[in-house]
Amino acid sequence: MTATQIIFYILSAFILGTAILSVTTRKIFRSAIWLLFSLIGIAGLYFWLEVEFIAAVQIVVYVGGIVVLIIFSIFLTQQSGKEMPKAPLVRTVAASLAVVFGFAFTWLLIRDYGFEAGNKKFEWSVGKIGAHMMSTKEGGYALPFEVVSILLLAAMIGCIVIAMKSKPESNE
Amino acid sequence: MSDIPVSNILFVSIALFFIGMYGLFTRRNLITMLMSIELILNSVNINFVVFNKYLYPEKLDGIFFTIFIIAIAAAEAAIAIAIIINLYRSHRSIDVEDASEMKY
Repeated sequence: MTATQIIFYILSAFILGTAILSVTTRKIFRSAIWLLFSLIGIAGLYFWLEVEFIAAVQIVVYVGGIVVLIIFSIFLTQQSGKEMPKAPLVRTVAASLAVVFGFAFTWLLIRDYGFEAGNKKFEWSVGKIGAHMMSTKEGGYALPFEVVSILLLAAMIGCIVIAMKSKPESNE
Repeated sequence: MSDIPVSNILFVSIALFFIGMYGLFTRRNLITMLMSIELILNSVNINFVVFNKYLYPEKLDGIFFTIFIIAIAAAEAAIAIAIIINLYRSHRSIDVEDASEMKY
């Protein structure tokens, strides 16, 4: 076993272990913290895959943005230290069965009809990504880029509108 | 780098996807369900990056899809949390079973 293999298996075990803890622990704040560790592990997996740009985006957006947002909303809506009610046994069993069978089917398909990796080296750079993102030629991503920017603007305004307290009508 | 077969990396993403599904099935709290959705989206991202790197190394489309998914996940989380906080204000609870007025 070489060092890259060992690092990959450690990262995978870390990601999956923290993800399982995140969906099974009954304290909601701990669940958010385990999710944080899982996302950091996924960023580590991107570093291992040598796509550092995606790893950086993952850390900035997920770890720095979404998890903080989730933790804030937990503080706003949850009494701290209260455990969530246990799921009914039948639901747990049914969900486990569905998940295990789905996982088994997919994994058997992947294992038996797997993908062959090519020998070419994966070349990327941030400049190349930026030029491709802004290109309007064949295969360029200028239109999706603009659409996503409009989507983010709409989401921002939508958040403000949804979370705004409506004024009581009696004052005036 | 190629001493790990592609299917082993796909194993991680499949397992992550189904862990997220398990969370989505068993949890009844809106915030934890949102966390499960984030896990599922992350497994999809891993898939895109791995396919891009190992199967189509001369292209960059998987990277772009990953970036767009991350951006959309951020927007989705922000909207979902605004809705959750609004729901908490009117119902004093964020359990999905308590918010069934709009179901029928």
